[in-house]
Amino acid sequence: MMTQEEVLHLPHEQIEAIQLEGVKKTVIACYENVEFHKRAFDEAGFDPYALESLDDLQKAPFLTKQDLRDNYPYGLFAVPLSDVKEIHMSSGTTGVATVGGYTQRDLEIWGDCFARGITYANGGPDDICHVCYGYGLFTGGLGAHYGGLAAGCTTIPMSAGNTERQIRVLREMGSTIICCTPSYAMHIADTAIEMGLDPAKDFSLRAGIHGAEPFSDNFRSDLEKKFDYKVLDVYGLTETMGPGVAIECWEQDGLHLAEDHFFAEIIDPATGKVLPDGEWGELVLTSVDREAVPVVRYRTRDITRIIPGECACGRTHRRIDRLHGRTDDMLIIRGVNVFPSQIEDVMKTFDGVSSWYQIELTRKGSLDVVTLKAEVDPDFDFDQMATIQNLQKRIKSAMKSALSVGIEVKIVEPKSIPRSEGKAKRVVDLREGE
Amino acid sequence: MIDQLTVFLENKEGRLAALCRVLADAEINMTMLTIAEVSDYGLVRIICDDTQRAVEVLDEAGFRAMSSKVIAVEVPNRPGGLAELLESMDALKLNIEYGYCFNISEQRSVDVFKINGAEDVLDSIRDAGYTLLTSEELF
Repeated sequence: MMTQEEVLHLPHEQIEAIQLEGVKKTVIACYENVEFHKRAFDEAGFDPYALESLDDLQKAPFLTKQDLRDNYPYGLFAVPLSDVKEIHMSSGTTGVATVGGYTQRDLEIWGDCFARGITYANGGPDDICHVCYGYGLFTGGLGAHYGGLAAGCTTIPMSAGNTERQIRVLREMGSTIICCTPSYAMHIADTAIEMGLDPAKDFSLRAGIHGAEPFSDNFRSDLEKKFDYKVLDVYGLTETMGPGVAIECWEQDGLHLAEDHFFAEIIDPATGKVLPDGEWGELVLTSVDREAVPVVRYRTRDITRIIPGECACGRTHRRIDRLHGRTDDMLIIRGVNVFPSQIEDVMKTFDGVSSWYQIELTRKGSLDVVTLKAEVDPDFDFDQMATIQNLQKRIKSAMKSALSVGIEVKIVEPKSIPRSEGKAKRVVDLREGE
Repeated sequence: MIDQLTVFLENKEGRLAALCRVLADAEINMTMLTIAEVSDYGLVRIICDDTQRAVEVLDEAGFRAMSSKVIAVEVPNRPGGLAELLESMDALKLNIEYGYCFNISEQRSVDVFKINGAEDVLDSIRDAGYTLLTSEELF
């Protein structure tokens, strides 16, 4: 048995050999055990027994979120339910939930994958891992929990909510690693500050493994300043496992994919063509060794790219870039495609407004109206009306040139944008019929 | 120079009342309050007897409040009092960002101005024959 660090340092050819061998088994298992895959492969003329190289996988059809929904609840399971130990589900806010199933082996691999984040943070048995992702059907809580256990940490299953209690436990138990959504980490920091604490001094945190929602570099550095720790971005999705598919290392220069468990392609979301390394597109994942619900060419709808070249940390698993939005988060505003990440990119260049902002879409007659609400920052000198108006004007013109859409900018009072204990709501669409 | 409290308020029902309630509960006394507003928000400028504490209690109550320095010039309470002062300031080429005026007695008025870089021009205003008031003198 190799140690996790040995796996993470394998020569890339060896990783590719593991991938090829695993993908061969995956496509055959899908074909033989899942009626839906058999039909889809046959329709696409894809012969799973003829797969000789990873490039051959491009002949396989894509699997979409809709396919997962259509096969709710057990349609895509490749093993008998007696072998399935756990079920998770995506939130299903936009439709039928999608189901993740796990065999004992799947759960162990999940733990190992998330534990890599703790390894990247140079963590292990001496760490106290405070998990305040929500526990339950959401993969965040238990995924981080299994990761904490696999890394040998003392793991505290806090789940989300009851922030004052989180703060008490963080202080009193001396937690060194915290796993939660970035917005909840910020909420904890701000609440601690309101309680008169200094999270940098009063807590012992040295790393935060934060994911499940996008966050800007500015938001990250804000968090890092408040807690005096390092933030590692973690990526994953219920459809292929949960958090741990890719995690940032201490270099904070892209997220290392767990390539021994997932084979990644980047495609042009419009044409489905595979793009070369370095180009932005939609991430497509094929599981290498998942047993319960293997996936072949699952379209994640997440926009990223493979970062070419090697990471300074010396680990050989390739990196994806931090997510640049989702193909389905794309807003169509007056016919123009806008990604919330573009708005985030603009906002992070502005002092004077805090990390809390929200986009509100409304309709006036037949015209879409976009209003950006941003909370005024405590350090901003707003004594003169002209300074505020100037800030509004600068944000407005930066948005106009970045998005090609005119927006209204509203500066609002502190705490007037809802804080959530789960995901930050950056966009509120109040347009009718959408 | 005197301390002035500036509070950013959204144009929402009850916010001004809430602001005043916070100051009242902290037993902070105001001698002057003025509102500058645009459609969505306003700036409330206040002269009170403890600006620093006002900023703290408002901050705690979730308001965005700050303290800034303004000059308070005493002028006679009669027609032309302000006009003469402004002419003097104009002659000194002082650029006023904003200002407001109030009476403190039948004889005396106070004109408050925000002038960027005001520290450098205090002497010239005094040389023009005006009295600059301190916070204490307003209470």
